[in-house]
Amino acid sequence: MPEARLFLERRSYRRRRMMDAVRMLPLVCTLLWLVVPTMWPNGLQDDTQTALSSALWYLFMIWILAIAATFALWRRIRRYEGTGEAAVDTATQAAEP
Amino acid sequence: MVSLNQLIAVCLIYVAGLFLVAFLAERAALRGRGGWLLRSPLVYTLSLSIYCTAWTFYGAVGYAARSGLEYVTIYLGPSLVMIGWWWVLRRLVRIGRAQRVTSVADLISARFGKSNLLAVMITIMAVVGVTPYIALQLQSVTLSVSIFATPETGSGTAPQISDNAAFWVAAGLAVFTVLFGTRNLNANERHHGIVIAVAVEAVVKLLALMAVGAFVVWGISGGVSETVARIDASPIGTWQTSASRWTALIVVSAAAFVCLPRMFQVMVVENDDERHLQIASWAFPLYLLAISLFVVPIAVVGLELMPAGANPDLFVLTVPLSQGQSGLAMLAFLGGFSSATSMVIVATLALSTMMSNHIVMPLWLKLNPPAAQQSGDVRDVVIRARRLSILLIITLGYFYYRASGGSGALAAIGLISFGGVAQFLPALLGGIFWRGATRMGAVAGLSVGFVIWMYTMLLPSFGPGAALSAAVFEEGLFGWGMLRPQALFGITGLDPTVHAIWWSLSINALLFFVVSIFSFPTPLERLQGAQFVNVFDHSSGPARGWIASEGGAEDLMIMSQRILGAEEAQAFFSAQAAQQGRRNAPPVPTPEFVQALERELAASVGAATANAMIGQIIGGQAISVEDLMAVADESAQILEYSSRLEAKSRELTETAQELGFANEKLTQLSFQKDDFLSQISHELRTPMTSIRSFSEILRDIDGLSTAEKTRYATIIHSETIRLTRLLDDLLDLSVLENGQVSLNARQVQLHDVIERAVTTAQASSAHVLDIRRDLRTEDVMLITDADRLAQVFINLVTNAIKYCDADTPRLDIAVRREDSEVIIAFTDNGSGIPAEAQNLVFEKFARLNAAQGSGAGLGLAICREIVARLGGDIRYLSEGRGGRFEVRLSFTSSREENQRLLPV
Repeated sequence: MPEARLFLERRSYRRRRMMDAVRMLPLVCTLLWLVVPTMWPNGLQDDTQTALSSALWYLFMIWILAIAATFALWRRIRRYEGTGEAAVDTATQAAEP
Repeated sequence: MVSLNQLIAVCLIYVAGLFLVAFLAERAALRGRGGWLLRSPLVYTLSLSIYCTAWTFYGAVGYAARSGLEYVTIYLGPSLVMIGWWWVLRRLVRIGRAQRVTSVADLISARFGKSNLLAVMITIMAVVGVTPYIALQLQSVTLSVSIFATPETGSGTAPQISDNAAFWVAAGLAVFTVLFGTRNLNANERHHGIVIAVAVEAVVKLLALMAVGAFVVWGISGGVSETVARIDASPIGTWQTSASRWTALIVVSAAAFVCLPRMFQVMVVENDDERHLQIASWAFPLYLLAISLFVVPIAVVGLELMPAGANPDLFVLTVPLSQGQSGLAMLAFLGGFSSATSMVIVATLALSTMMSNHIVMPLWLKLNPPAAQQSGDVRDVVIRARRLSILLIITLGYFYYRASGGSGALAAIGLISFGGVAQFLPALLGGIFWRGATRMGAVAGLSVGFVIWMYTMLLPSFGPGAALSAAVFEEGLFGWGMLRPQALFGITGLDPTVHAIWWSLSINALLFFVVSIFSFPTPLERLQGAQFVNVFDHSSGPARGWIASEGGAEDLMIMSQRILGAEEAQAFFSAQAAQQGRRNAPPVPTPEFVQALERELAASVGAATANAMIGQIIGGQAISVEDLMAVADESAQILEYSSRLEAKSRELTETAQELGFANEKLTQLSFQKDDFLSQISHELRTPMTSIRSFSEILRDIDGLSTAEKTRYATIIHSETIRLTRLLDDLLDLSVLENGQVSLNARQVQLHDVIERAVTTAQASSAHVLDIRRDLRTEDVMLITDADRLAQVFINLVTNAIKYCDADTPRLDIAVRREDSEVIIAFTDNGSGIPAEAQNLVFEKFARLNAAQGSGAGLGLAICREIVARLGGDIRYLSEGRGGRFEVRLSFTSSREENQRLLPV
């Protein structure tokens, strides 16, 4: 068995870092979606309250950012793999009618 | 206002349209066309939207109106799972494709040693867990129909219509699913028609909800900022979700997204390309975002506009209706209708596959063991089982709807289902990530988790006094305060949903882990475990577990025909036979072949059933030590390396042996050559010596008489003649031995040849020999080279003249025929050749008595070569008195003769 290489060329290096991002993204989202809202005052303890609209903005902004990040990562990884498909464009159109 | 009849007409037209779409898709798939659409990431992503059911369409608004932003947890969980596709889904899809998994029950049972017990457990749990969910769909469609039936009240509670509508909706859905899902038993469990119909419905429901949302935001509220102001001013205008509910609901929805049978069906089983998953990782969260975007505005506006008693679950319908937008309401109704129908179709399909594969088929096999080897199609049984399962599941949903009174909030019912199917999560994740997970652990965790879920979530949902008595709610089971269904272990104050999810999932996971580490897996479990966990290393090399005998192939063929269908099975068998390099013969049931067949069958009837069916025919699974070692990477590599070394060394030994033989042959040839050279030198030297001596005498001694000179010169002359003859003979022999001589074959009369030979031999010799012949027998026609044959005869006659030591030498030349041969025998009346020399007479330079003869001893060697070239044989026979040479020549038709002579 060949020994695992310790250092990589630039392209593979970049690709691996992209995969790191793909793995990391759900953890970041979990933190922002699951943990942060539990720290908001929920109207039971005291009188300082979070407006529903700001909570809505917060959650949906993260949602949009997460989708954008996943989309960007997918594009970059696909470019490193060098596999282009025509079907990709139709998927983009369909998911946001 | 839309009348009920109009509504029904629109529904029927819509359903007919769906039918058409599905039918066209199935036909295109059958003809191998339309792959760009049927297998596109777009359709894959849209089919995932089966997650968004009537619960989403109606229930989410009601949920938001009751509990604010909590509804969004149901969409954040799946979004997290999709964004984190790399962690779980990628692995699931790969395993599903590698193992040809048909359902979530199939996956878990296959992972834990193809255990049918686990498959049955999960199937029952899934049916029980999904029943409330189907009831939810019935309830939502019934409610929405009742809105149109009783427009004045707007409350959506018209009981007499509800009951009838629920029944007809259930019946309609059942018929639709049966017609669609079980038209044929697909070999790979993919339903292109259904998937495309689901994709169409996904678009319809998204468009409908967004249209209502847009109408509410821009049509009623008057813009985005006004809508935001309305939201903050509404009764749900502040963040009120408790941290525990928030966390628990995100976790349980994420778990349900992976474990729900219908999600597993569209995500794993119907997946065509692993890359689609990566596209869906951003496209599906986008869909979820779009569908949940307008929920809060609709809820807020609904709360504002509608009377206090109105059912918030129906705001999507009632808000447009109250504004006189019956067209929009119609669209909304269609959206809700399509969300409900697509969910029910796919869910019942997935469940019916599980039921037929894991419950009906094993039972049927057990009840009809001898029939398993009979011919006939078992697919009818499977399809009938699936149809009955569909009816059963929808009936259960209907009864749940009736039993729960049809009054609960949609979201509350949905969460009960989520909690039930989430129980699969520990076994599922443990199975694909942890090799130490065992069947015992999975059974323990699943069963206990399921019981806790039933006790704390499902049964209480019917209300106090229905399934559980009020006393049990108050004082706990058997009066134990520790066992109160909403306060287990005496811990009170938890939200009932959080309480149930927390206790069931945590105890499930804990038991799964603890029992796993203290139990020992069977070898098959370990093999499967290694395959599942290391799916990215092992996806091509299946564990081999079958030892089949030659006789099993036919039985296997009969059985496969019944499950796969005759054509498919024959195609599969001949493909496998071709792979084994056999033509027009059944494949040999090698372990690899049986494994491939099991996979193929598993795609139709599930892993556990396929395993059992093959086991019935082949008679037991054997896991050899080699298989176990093959799982352990290192040992396998060492094993393979050493076997390769063995093969190499065997090869080397063979080569060395061949080289040894060749060397021996060369040495022998070299010896022969040395022998030959020394003999030649000797032969040449003898005449040379005498030539030299006599020529010296002629040169050096003066006064020789003329007579003496003549005598010496004659000696020199005769010696040179002898030398020349020797050299001629050598040349002749070498030409013959190298096969360079060209024979001049033609038809000759044997008599002529003998005549010529006798005359020539007698003319060149001084001795007298009495030669006796029988002229009548000599009348034979031969195809041969007359000159060469005469040369042989001359040699034989000359030898007789020279060496016959009888007083009155006599030679008999006799010709006789034997079958296809002519035998010419030369028999003299001398003393013959001594026995010890008989072997040597045909060798070069073999002379019986060096002193007596004048030849070089090449004559008979040349004879033998010539006769061999002529396709015959010469041998010496000693018959008491006298020597006897026999020449055998083939006496065949002229054509064959020519052929026989040609290679010379």
